Amino acid sequence: MIFDASTIDMLKTGILETLFMTFTSSLFSYLIGIPLGIILIVTDKDGIRPLPLIHKILGLIINLLRSVPFIILLIMVLPITKRIVGTTLGAKAVIPPLVFAAAPYVARVVESSFKEVDAGVIEAAKSMGASTFEIVWKVLLPEAKPSLLIGAALSITTILGYSAMSGFVGGGGLGDIAIKYGYYRYETEMMFVTVAILVIIVQIIQEAGMKLAKINDKRIN
Amino acid sequence: METAVPIIELVGLGKEFKTASGPIKALEDINLSIEQGEIFGIIGLSGAGKSTLVRCINYLEVPTSGKVLFEGRSLSAMTGRQQRMARQSMGMIFQQFNLLAQRNVIQNICFPLEIAGTAKKDAKKRAMELLELVGLQDRAKAYPAQLSGGQKQRVAIARALATNPKILLCDEATSALDPNTTKSILNLLKEINKDLGVTVVVITHEMSVIEAICDRVAIIDQSHIAEVGSVSRIFSEPKSKIGRQLILGDAAEQVVGFGNSKRVRISFDGRSSFEPVLANMILACKVPVNIIHAETRDIKGTAMGQMVIQLPEDEIDANRILNYLKTAKVPHEEVKDYDF
Repeated sequence: MIFDASTIDMLKTGILETLFMTFTSSLFSYLIGIPLGIILIVTDKDGIRPLPLIHKILGLIINLLRSVPFIILLIMVLPITKRIVGTTLGAKAVIPPLVFAAAPYVARVVESSFKEVDAGVIEAAKSMGASTFEIVWKVLLPEAKPSLLIGAALSITTILGYSAMSGFVGGGGLGDIAIKYGYYRYETEMMFVTVAILVIIVQIIQEAGMKLAKINDKRIN
Repeated sequence: METAVPIIELVGLGKEFKTASGPIKALEDINLSIEQGEIFGIIGLSGAGKSTLVRCINYLEVPTSGKVLFEGRSLSAMTGRQQRMARQSMGMIFQQFNLLAQRNVIQNICFPLEIAGTAKKDAKKRAMELLELVGLQDRAKAYPAQLSGGQKQRVAIARALATNPKILLCDEATSALDPNTTKSILNLLKEINKDLGVTVVVITHEMSVIEAICDRVAIIDQSHIAEVGSVSRIFSEPKSKIGRQLILGDAAEQVVGFGNSKRVRISFDGRSSFEPVLANMILACKVPVNIIHAETRDIKGTAMGQMVIQLPEDEIDANRILNYLKTAKVPHEEVKDYDF
């Protein structure tokens, strides 16, 4: 195998596609996942405003979505994908299934970050007459910030992993290249190269998340 | 003070928790009134229900029966919004301080002001004033993790006072602090009560805290109020079993096993502690007594004392002493083994 200009171009495009898929899906997953996580924590039986029925139903839906293997989900939501992005091919087409798979995951990650917030601090806010909204906005979110950032690194790298499977539906990206060359053409070197690039990207995201969390945490200084 | 409406009134208050093994009564038939401007103590062993009681005062726990009146208005009759407004007039501090870990000192003190909708500039000014009051001006930009326990509690006090509350609820506020820090925090609470006229409610399991700052005290035991009264009265003559246990402490147990003759507790109030009561008694009766337990405490500037003496086996001698105590008007009562 020769690394000529066209191969390098292909890898560059792959990297960009992967990053595009990962970050766009992460953004939408968080836009959906954070509110879901907030609803989960607020309506919990020990939460700020316990609503056991809503909590149970939402928990059930999240668990259902999380139990479907991503590769199956990818195919199951094809009609929805077509309606949202107008195509079932390419990197864009992978975003809806990625969001479907990742948003419930993100909701759980966010919920567990909120669970780490000291119940005493929430009680103190209540004793000052804070409303549920004020507790969420001024206590839960800022107090959970470092943990939310660590969770984000975890979620983004997981989404990156999911995005690699998109090769099976012609989704593009590094995963697609790895499958095409490594699986269909037995060009293992190319597969190793793409995997190495994926490893580096995961490493960078993980490190950046941890560092950001540390900078933002006022508990250790 | 007697004519004014009590700042807090609890009427037939009860709280039941539902647990997997059936309902548990945390509080039952609590009747208390806390007067404007006093320092009121609530003492009890752990699990007695005192933490639940203080949370009922600001409705962090909603009582299952009875009423809470704040300045004569029932909290249960208020809407959620009105309840939150009422809470802004009640500051609260906690054993674990409960400061926002991601906010610095000044931002923590500004927090209740943000909730109350105070303009940012005014809030900051008020926060600085309070920081001066609690003696931490130089730590304005520090984060809670950089403060000692005593400093954290000072910040918590400043924060609780930010909205100019009429009452300050203290839930085991000194239980996580060492003795010296406890003393300085108690002094601060006393000052706040005296200088700002804030009514203070202190929840504790330590008699020394009650002794140090409270005007009146309620002893709570097994979900009920065992007795209520002025601190000097309760210290000199605890009526309830739990009251004696809390005040006499281990000494109560030492008495047990001393033979069968009568035991008498003598209480020294302010007047009698200056007279040599016991020496006079022994001289007058010419009868020896066995001193089993004795202590004096300084309560609000007067010496308060307790002494448990064992009378001689001889009934005539014993009666002579009892008669002497009666005629000399020394407050006393017979103590029985099982009574401890």
